[in-house]
Amino acid sequence: MAGKRLIKIYLYTRFERFWHWLQALMIICLIVTGLEIHGTYSLLGFHTAVSVHNFTGLAWVVLFAFFVFWLFTTGEWKQYIPTTKKLLAVVAYYSYGIFKGRPHPVEKSPGAKHNPLQRLTYLGLSAMLLPLQMATGLLYYLYNMWAGDFPLSYLAWGHTFLALLLLNFLIVHVYMTTTGHSLFSHVSGMITGWEEIYETTEIADWESPEARKKRG
Amino acid sequence: MQKRNGFKLIFPVLTTCLALMLCMVPASAPTISNAATEKEAETAPGRKLARQSVKDNQKRWGTTDHSKHEALKKNFTSGEQITEACLSCHSEAASQFHETIHWTWLASGTKEDMRYGKAGDSVNNFCISANAMEDKGCLKCHTSWSKKGTEGRVNCLKCHGNDDFNFTEAFGDINYFMTDNDPETEGIVKDIQENVKKASQDITLPKRKNCGECHFKGGGGDGVKHGDMDTSLMEPNKELDVHMGVDGEDFTCTRCHTTVNHHIAGRIYTNPAVSERKSLLDDDQAPKITCVSCHSDTPHKTSSKMNDHTDRVACQSCHIPKLARINPTKMEWDWSKAGKLKDGKPYHEEGPYGKPTYKSIKGEFRWEKNVVPEYFWFNGSMTSTTARDVIDPAKTVQVSHPVGSREDPDSRIFPFKIHKGKQPYDKVHKRLLAPLLTGEKGYWTTFDMQEALTIGNRTLDIEYSGEFDYVETTYAYPSTHMVAPKEKALNCTECHIRENGRIAELSGIYLPGRDRLKILDTIGWLAVFGALAAVVLHGLGRFFSKNGKEE
Repeated sequence: MAGKRLIKIYLYTRFERFWHWLQALMIICLIVTGLEIHGTYSLLGFHTAVSVHNFTGLAWVVLFAFFVFWLFTTGEWKQYIPTTKKLLAVVAYYSYGIFKGRPHPVEKSPGAKHNPLQRLTYLGLSAMLLPLQMATGLLYYLYNMWAGDFPLSYLAWGHTFLALLLLNFLIVHVYMTTTGHSLFSHVSGMITGWEEIYETTEIADWESPEARKKRG
Repeated sequence: MQKRNGFKLIFPVLTTCLALMLCMVPASAPTISNAATEKEAETAPGRKLARQSVKDNQKRWGTTDHSKHEALKKNFTSGEQITEACLSCHSEAASQFHETIHWTWLASGTKEDMRYGKAGDSVNNFCISANAMEDKGCLKCHTSWSKKGTEGRVNCLKCHGNDDFNFTEAFGDINYFMTDNDPETEGIVKDIQENVKKASQDITLPKRKNCGECHFKGGGGDGVKHGDMDTSLMEPNKELDVHMGVDGEDFTCTRCHTTVNHHIAGRIYTNPAVSERKSLLDDDQAPKITCVSCHSDTPHKTSSKMNDHTDRVACQSCHIPKLARINPTKMEWDWSKAGKLKDGKPYHEEGPYGKPTYKSIKGEFRWEKNVVPEYFWFNGSMTSTTARDVIDPAKTVQVSHPVGSREDPDSRIFPFKIHKGKQPYDKVHKRLLAPLLTGEKGYWTTFDMQEALTIGNRTLDIEYSGEFDYVETTYAYPSTHMVAPKEKALNCTECHIRENGRIAELSGIYLPGRDRLKILDTIGWLAVFGALAAVVLHGLGRFFSKNGKEE
């Protein structure tokens, strides 16, 4: 390990970074305004909070559509295929190894930028939590157009609960960015696109079909 | 590699620019929406529609000058003669009018076997009952000459007279002087008759003062009953009433309360004022009486969430922020305190706003200004209690209360003035009692409640056991006048707030800002603070273990 040299690789493309940061801002904005609408506090004023929330929410759906398009046209979706391999090792690293200075069991590489724990989390997020939140939000927004006898309360409860789960993710996610080679290396990777990794790290066969192919 | 390094410089700049741009999204969105509300004033579709439908306001015209009609150039000696003159041209006017509630004081209601209306058995918690028109004090607002009520002839001038002339007094004088055969008074009679002639030729479509004389002063004085109707509407400014404001649209009552065969639209008493909330766009036969008729049911800007309210919230709920904004209105009336005398004489006590807080003849009052309405589901109908209905004296009796529910698609959340009362009831038969108030045997002369109740109930032909006590009651008045300018409409947080909102008590709906599912909220927040605690602990662990690195 000590002999390995740190190099930088180009990991996050321009669109991916754009999408990531825009979505981050939108989600923060939605949580802030959403909680005001929920009656948790008063900040912008209810009317403004509603306008901003609705505008941002709709914009987010558009952005997410572009993200899905990008995901499938570039084949990046493969990075989200879940696996249990080394999952426990990653969990063990963050709950124990990290305090002992042990190396991360799964280094990033261009073909596999997510470790097994991230794959699972991001898949759950991108395929479940975010679409669900957008769906409940849209149904809430368009309630008058379809509702009939369906009570708004069910939607509102779900939408609020999912928002709190997202806030929960946000906290852990932001903290996890500090666990790279340096405190800000992950953050700067997501800003510049260039992430530091160890030179000799190889992509394991199970992580990337391309790697498997290359080796014959 | 060299090339890539070049990109490396460009990208952070680009990303930063993007980030900056994005920071402005939440900041600029409210500015956009504020600007939108400003512009909304001009472009809100409901406003545009309404302006269009009343653009020729006040340009009403006629083809006759009543001062030129021979029929009105006579020397009248009684009111009935004037009516005779009116009917010589307007042959069907009286027979039309005889069919209307303004004449009969009778209404239809929910129960077949009850007689509703002032002239029926209906009671309220003000002067309680008109005693089947036997209480002559009430008849000064009846649209007949003299005090014969429906037995008399229609007084057309009550609604169509433009002059405040006192005909009753004039005819009294004329008849008095004519019988004394004194040549000196002949001149006086002539003068009075000239004045009568002038007043009877001054004919108008009903103006505010014609309607207001009774409707602003219902219940025995200015602003007693309604809360949204009092003499401040005789000449209001826009601030008090955007529609009637003399500095604005300057509507008369009949601008909205349209008339067919003397039936005037808009009465809300047992029956809905209008059975459907129709826009004039849908049906140009619809009486112009609901807000929707002119403003449509999507009056706000197209993108506004406010339009999503109109299926469940009446316009009045947000656009009438407070009632009785200029003149105070009576909020409580306690009959049980009536009858106290000072040195054997009745007396008054004056309280805030220069309004009486005590009157020996009526009891104790409470007046209020800038009244915050109470809100209920309302489909346009009110319940009405008669002196024959059996009540439960253990509870507050709702003498009149809005009908409606969340489940009823025609119901809206609607603002009301609730007038609290304490009034006599029959302890044996459990019915509200109808005391006779005016006249020789009336309570206001005798101060004998027992007698007033006995005689009063006899006028309605309802048995009275002779045992009475006082029961607490409420009477609800729907609020629809005194619509404030749009800037004065309620803020969202008057209702969308966790506690003490205006509709804090209203159930059956999910109200964002007020409602939540506590258990889900609690679990959610536990997860959030749990995560926060976990990352802090993890971070501290890393800090103290120095990420496991030995220095």
